This record gives sequence, structure tokens and C-alpha cells, in this order.
Amino acid sequence: MAPVKVFGQAMSPNVARVLVFLEEAGADYELVDVDFQAKEHKSPDHLARNPFGQIPAFQDGDLVLFESRAVAKYVARKYKTDEADLLREGDHSEAAMVDVWTEVEAHTYSAALSPIVYECLIFPLMHGKPTDEKVVDESLGKLRKVLEVYEERLSKHRYLAGDFLSFADLNHFPYTFYFMATPHGALFESYPRVKAWWESIMSRPAIQKLSATMTP
Amino acid sequence: MAPVKVFGPGKSRNVARVLMCLVEVGVEYEVVDMDLKALEHKSPEHLARNPFGQTPAFQDGNLILFESRAISRYVLRKYKTNEVDLLREGNLKEAALVDVWTEVDAHAYNPAISPVVYECLINPLVLGIPTNQKVVDESIEKLKKVLEVYEAHLSKHKYLAGDFISFADINHFPHTCSFMATPHAVLFDSYPNVKAWWERLMAARPSIKKLSASLAPPKACFVGDIWHSGITPLICMVLSCWYR
Repeated sequence: MAPVKVFGQAMSPNVARVLVFLEEAGADYELVDVDFQAKEHKSPDHLARNPFGQIPAFQDGDLVLFESRAVAKYVARKYKTDEADLLREGDHSEAAMVDVWTEVEAHTYSAALSPIVYECLIFPLMHGKPTDEKVVDESLGKLRKVLEVYEERLSKHRYLAGDFLSFADLNHFPYTFYFMATPHGALFESYPRVKAWWESIMSRPAIQKLSATMTP
Repeated sequence: MAPVKVFGPGKSRNVARVLMCLVEVGVEYEVVDMDLKALEHKSPEHLARNPFGQTPAFQDGNLILFESRAISRYVLRKYKTNEVDLLREGNLKEAALVDVWTEVDAHAYNPAISPVVYECLINPLVLGIPTNQKVVDESIEKLKKVLEVYEAHLSKHKYLAGDFISFADINHFPHTCSFMATPHAVLFDSYPNVKAWWERLMAARPSIKKLSASLAPPKACFVGDIWHSGITPLICMVLSCWYR
């Protein structure tokens, strides 16, 4: 069987989101670079894969997908085993809790945390744009409130959806990884259970392997 | 079996998302209305259901959920029938396509269309804030780019995930209905495949028919030249939820 293809760079958080699940599954995949400088993401070839001209795009045989969370779910479903079932779709209640905390990551956690990653890392390093401290401060305020809720949740459950690692937990990896590279990473020290949860994610062999490719 | 409960302002768009799914699968439900003005969503009782203090929240027996898309997926999965399978989780490829276009709604379509709804309807009619035309103009430009993609896609497929209606299509209802009550509804005329898709959905779905039929008459009408007979009651529903 031909390896699946992921179009984009490992350093892009949304590409990394897909790679997390491929690495966790031990799946065979090929990472195909998309040259932003050369505007390859707007080329007809790439637009045929992702009509919004974004990364990642993904190909498995004749199936072409985009939107990192949709791709990640496809990977998690395709490579599911009895031991590695990150979506829990066989159990309605468990699957629902996975979906709840996946939505929280998408709409609440990342909304608070990713502006800090953009302002402190991506804009200065990749676009020569200065950090807007006002945006950072506002985001930190929001993030603290979110982490309070996470601290409470993780005081009752080992992971977000319950006592099992799931799709929801691993979706937090890419942006949190980069957050830890900003001057504000130490914020997690104030939330010991969140910190412990994060460290348990980081200690996973698949995550270690992927992290090494994401560090400039 | 006790009806499931949906906690939230009866006619908010995220509550509507969940109610549509419940109607689609034919599950009995109760809406427990909430007074956001009285900060009911920040009460300890509600925070126990949704620790972020948002609406909707949901209860089915002992299970309590929040996040409207997660609730909707639970409903569509648990109560799926042979006739109504809007997630297609039994088919890897179909399920993936449903997920793709559900994500597109969440990250591209909704963020472009919602500011127009807020600026043209909610701000002036409910909050007494004048329309910020700059925001409207910028959002319309973003929306045009999104609709170009939809137009091309819907030239090849009857619905978003393929030739079957799915959760992806349903997700587009609440904010698109609101948009159709703004002066910018006519934008869809420039995208005939999109317009046809929208009209197909409006004509066929039991959830739209049922929710329209249960509406109170509007407290005030939006007068314009954009009424379509199937959409009118739903527009009134959307408007009346923002009127006091």
C-alpha cells in the first residue's frame, strides 16, 4: 500500500496536528513540502487539493482531504486498533467527551493561546513584525481563565475526556509546543495538574520524534 | 425515556444547531430557556454543566455535554437510523468528507458570514449599536472568496460532502438563515450552485419545517425585498430571539 501523503511543513502547527496522529499510529507517510515563498500554496496543483490554498492537504490513494482536524480524525479512524482508539466512537458517552474537549481546544483553548504564539514567535521570526504586547496581555488573561477550568477538569480525570488518552489531548500538542518556546511558557507552572498532563503528552515517543522535526 | 434537555436561549444559533439535529433524528427534547441578561449562564448551576459559562449545555440521562458541535455529533451518532445517518461514520471516506466541510463551516464560512449578521441585525436591532459598515464590507469580501470555493465545489456535488445530505450541510443553516434576513442576501444570486443548494436544503429538511412551524409570530418584521416563502418563518424566529 502506498504511503499517505501530507502536503506542508512539519513546523506548521496545523501540519504537525496531522503528523501527531500518523506518528502515534506508526503509519507510513510522506511529507511533501509546499513552498510558500514561491506561492506554491496558490498553485493550481495545490488548490486542487485544498481549494482555500492552505496547508495541510492530505492524500490517501484517490481520497484528497484538507482541514487539519478533519484529516487528523480520518487518520485516527483509519489506524484505530483495540489498543489505540483515540476517538472512542464505539461508546457514545466516551466519544461525546472526546468531541467536547476537541471543540474546546479548537474554539476556546487555541483562541486564547495561539495569538501568543503568533505574536511572540511567528510574526517576529517569520514576518519581521514586532510583537504586539497588548494582544499578548489580553490573550494571557483569557488563557489563565481557560487553564483554571483545565486544572479543575484534570483534578478529576487523568486526561481531558476521561481516564484515557484521546484525540482531544493530542490536538493540544502543536500550539502548546510552540507556546512553551515563548517567554510565557512558565505560565503552566501555576497550574500543576495541567503541567503534569502536558509533560505526560510530551514524554510520548511519537511526540518526542515529531518535536525534533519542529524545532528550527 | 425522559426527553433530552437543551439548556440555552431558545433561539440562539448554537442552540438551533443542536435542535436541528434532534429533529432530524426524531428525538424528543425539552429546551430549558436561559436568561443571559440575568447572567444565568454564569450561575454555579450552569457552570456545573458548562465550565466555560457558555450555552448551550445538554443532558441525556446522566450524561452532561457542552459545545454545540459535540452535542450535535452525540445526538446524530446515538440516535442515528437507517434513514438518517448524517455523520456517515460507517464509511471512512464519507465521514472524512463530512468532517472536512464541517470544519470549513467552523473556520471559513461562519467567520465570514457572522459579522454581517451581527452588524446588520443584532447590533442595530437588539443592542442599539449602529452598523459598522467597514466590518460589513470586509466580511462581504471574505464571504465572496468563500462562496467562490463553494460554487465550484457544488458544481460537482449535490451537497457538501457528496451526493448525500450530511451534518456538514446542516451546520450551515442557522447563520445562513440569519444572513438571508440582511440586505446582503442578494449576494447568493451571484453563486447559482450555492443558491440552488441552499434552496434544496430549505425545501427538504424536516428540521427546518418543524422549527418554523413552532414559531411565535415576530414582534417586529424586517421589511425588505428578500423574503422567500420557506425562509420567512425562520428569519422571524431568528429575529424574534434578538427582540425583547
